Amino acid sequence: MSALPMAGVPANVNTVGLTKNDYRGAPTTLCAGCGHNSISNQIIAAMYEMSVLPENVIKFSGIGCSSKSPTYFMNRSFGFNSLHGRMPSIATGAHFGDHSLKGIGVSGDGDTASIGMGQFKHVMRRNLNMVYIVENNGVYGLTKGQFSATAERGLELKKQGTNPYMPVDICMEALISNATFVARSFAGNAKQVKELIKAAFAHKGIAVLDIISPCVTFNNQDNAHYSYAWGKDHEEPLHDITYIAPRNEIVLERELAEGEVREVAMHDGSVIILKNLEKGYDPTNRFEALRALEEAQRNNWLTTGLIYVSTEKPALADTYNLVDTPLNRLTDVDLRPAPEMIDKVNALMF
Amino acid sequence: MNKVVNDFSIIVGTKNGSGSSTANNTILRAIFKMGIPVSGKNLFPSNIQGLPTWYSIRASKDGYLGRRDQQDIVIAINPDSFTRDLASVAPGGAFFYADDIRLPITRADIAIYPMPIKELVKKDPNVPADYRDLVGNMVYVGALAHMIHIDIEKIQAALTFHFKGKQKPIDMNFHAVQAGMEWAKANLEKKDPFYLEPMNQTDGMIMADGNTAAAIGSVFGGAQFVAWYPITPASSLAEAINDYMPMLRKREDGKHTYAVVQAEDELAAIGMTVGAGWSGLRSMTSTSGPGLSLMTEFAGLAYYAEVPIVIWDVQRIGPSTGLPTRTSQADLSFTVGMGHGDSDSIVLLPGDVFECFEFGWQAFDIAERMQAPVFVLSDLDMGMNQWMSKPFEYPTTPMDRGKILWEKDLEEIKGNWGRYLDKDSDGIPYRTLPGNKHPMSAYFTRGTGHDEYAKYTEDSSIFIRNMERLKKKYETAKKYLPKPVLHPTKGATIGIIAYGSTESAILEARDQLARDHGMKIDILRVRAFPFTAEVDEFVREHEQVYVVEMNRDGQLHQLLSLANPEAAMRLISVAYGDGLPASAKWIRAGILEKSANVKPVQKAAAKKAIAKKPSVKKNASKKGAK
Repeated sequence: MSALPMAGVPANVNTVGLTKNDYRGAPTTLCAGCGHNSISNQIIAAMYEMSVLPENVIKFSGIGCSSKSPTYFMNRSFGFNSLHGRMPSIATGAHFGDHSLKGIGVSGDGDTASIGMGQFKHVMRRNLNMVYIVENNGVYGLTKGQFSATAERGLELKKQGTNPYMPVDICMEALISNATFVARSFAGNAKQVKELIKAAFAHKGIAVLDIISPCVTFNNQDNAHYSYAWGKDHEEPLHDITYIAPRNEIVLERELAEGEVREVAMHDGSVIILKNLEKGYDPTNRFEALRALEEAQRNNWLTTGLIYVSTEKPALADTYNLVDTPLNRLTDVDLRPAPEMIDKVNALMF
Repeated sequence: MNKVVNDFSIIVGTKNGSGSSTANNTILRAIFKMGIPVSGKNLFPSNIQGLPTWYSIRASKDGYLGRRDQQDIVIAINPDSFTRDLASVAPGGAFFYADDIRLPITRADIAIYPMPIKELVKKDPNVPADYRDLVGNMVYVGALAHMIHIDIEKIQAALTFHFKGKQKPIDMNFHAVQAGMEWAKANLEKKDPFYLEPMNQTDGMIMADGNTAAAIGSVFGGAQFVAWYPITPASSLAEAINDYMPMLRKREDGKHTYAVVQAEDELAAIGMTVGAGWSGLRSMTSTSGPGLSLMTEFAGLAYYAEVPIVIWDVQRIGPSTGLPTRTSQADLSFTVGMGHGDSDSIVLLPGDVFECFEFGWQAFDIAERMQAPVFVLSDLDMGMNQWMSKPFEYPTTPMDRGKILWEKDLEEIKGNWGRYLDKDSDGIPYRTLPGNKHPMSAYFTRGTGHDEYAKYTEDSSIFIRNMERLKKKYETAKKYLPKPVLHPTKGATIGIIAYGSTESAILEARDQLARDHGMKIDILRVRAFPFTAEVDEFVREHEQVYVVEMNRDGQLHQLLSLANPEAAMRLISVAYGDGLPASAKWIRAGILEKSANVKPVQKAAAKKAIAKKPSVKKNASKKGAK
């Protein structure tokens, strides 16, 4: 049969017959202008464009603002909003139920780099077949603005004082834990976020996406060295937790070119420096990847793009030689040994 | 001297890591094969090599398998514990020792048998120098065998079994046994009263440890996912699953229907277990106290999100790290309400190796039926020591996978369902599993407040409604739980309630109390929490109920008192926890001590209270221990 387009099929339907609406979730309850919403939208767009059946995806998260976001995309996918820092273990176990499914996990910098650091590292080495997105804003939002482990040294927060510690680099941690796909992006760079989500989804194994996702409310540095005058016109106190000022999402006006370095202002006037990977950069070279991250740290850059990818290691389920049928569809016949086996076992008990 | 036949204990004192377990297991198996009821207990230190360790074997013609406090025959191979071992021999007992230990013999009231172990092994050209210490252990097996009449053929059978038929090690070890025997025959004069004589009391019986039994039971229960983290005394449970899965679940295509994952810690172990249970697998983990503490947050999530999982807790004695290699029944209080907020746990309480097997498969049925975590509380004594048991029996009922909706089910109801809807009014909702391709199948699981359709809500009335349904579900659970086991005594007005591995020692204590004090006692062994009606009836039916358990605070006693406040005055705690397996001696002493405190007035009041109650004996299971 030839695959002629059927009459009457609307143009906005993808190859599995779904509209973009079929990938949406519940309305977001995060702050207006939160970078996390932008990421949710890019997940929706990526899945729609890739014609992924929502039933073939399982969503996971831990606890925190970021971990709420799986509610806001792909209603038709199963989801598990688990415990703080424990998303990797839940996802690992769930994966064995039906290993044909792909996981999309959304975590935050607190959920991953503090309370969940151990599980994060171990899910890397197990190479679970899951996209692991870290919506990274350097601050605890839901508990009203404490430092996270990815906050830069010297950052000042109103109630917390000055952060005395070096930040955790999530991409570096992933890489040295033998992750097979490591990328970084910026929530305001929608196109790159979407393309990296697609690449991560296509990757068989763990795919870490560290996405800088500015907190509109709490990561507010009013004495930044590199300060834009963004906040000057705003009289309302940024630290008053009873009032969340409506803001626009920070979006890059122009795509980053390859190798480009650009400063981007945050809501509070602070600045981050994005550095797109150079043309000709080889993401399959782990040594180069580590060098690029080290270089970025020395220059105070946030290197964006696909930092590392390897397709050589087997994904978790492949190392267990599982039957093709999803384990959760097996029945007594497959699972309970035959009656005569009980005699064999008893003969061994002496 | 009167002969003491088939009723004594043998304790072997060696160094940890010296390879004496083959020798001790050989003695144990040979006695078992002679048809004599026997049990073997390893009293070992938290250490890999060097510290003193003891193996205790008890032969009991009456079938008492609990620990015997009295040490009748002591075999001392370890110089470090020699003095202690010598002092531990009961008057009239026997003391075997390696004669290279040059320490003073200070006892004249026992039989003393020095054995030239080193010398005999050195003489054997077939034993390589590296193996001398290892094989040397077999010399004491031989000397003992000669002195107490262990059947040499049974020793050979035991070695053949142990070395899985490999002739070289069988021969090497058997020669050492023979050398020990011959030397003893030529050099030792029998001065003790202990003899073994063949019986037929172990015909058709098996010998196993509870962890192995639990593992095999789990495999027969269709275990599909096991995540665990090493901890004494639970490790051998997961390891036994690894051992038996390939044999029992072998497929022609060589593929696996299961996965066993060693996690990075207990948090991850139970996290994976919850993930797998949620996605529809028969999912389990095994741990002990410290690991259980770490698993608390996930246990709460599994309760509230209603995820079926099985958690084996092979109890060791706490608090904290406690005595890692000593047994206990002190995790009951912690387990029954595990997690913050209001939560209820389903707890199964196996009493012997056979029940470790039974609950191994039944726990999955209960967990999936109830969509809840099911805890199974074993302990080190049951889990790691060798117990005689009736053979494992093939599961009598097909797997109960509980209320699951697949594509065709959703098609029939046109996708109209809610994850937490109480459709059947039993508190148990329906669930769907990831991979279900029906567009209405998915739902979002969370530990936060949720409505009947799994949507996030902070609505007070919905919250209450959900919590009440969970309570109703817990009530429903009682229907599916194993009933207590009753050991009745004609005319008894006194009762004992206990659970777990203490049963054998309690039966022995009961017989002693009947013999020496004329006490008539019914025993009820509880096998699950929440308590079923039979337990309450038993409490009501007896004038005094001694609650016997291995912990300090009387945790089962507390739970029973809460469940039966009107009977609290008649519930008497006999609790003791020193880390050693229960013995009839402390149970008997504890009951006698507390008996003196029971005032007659309470007895009279109790009688009145029980006058109208129906007999418990009709309802409780008749299954006896042995």
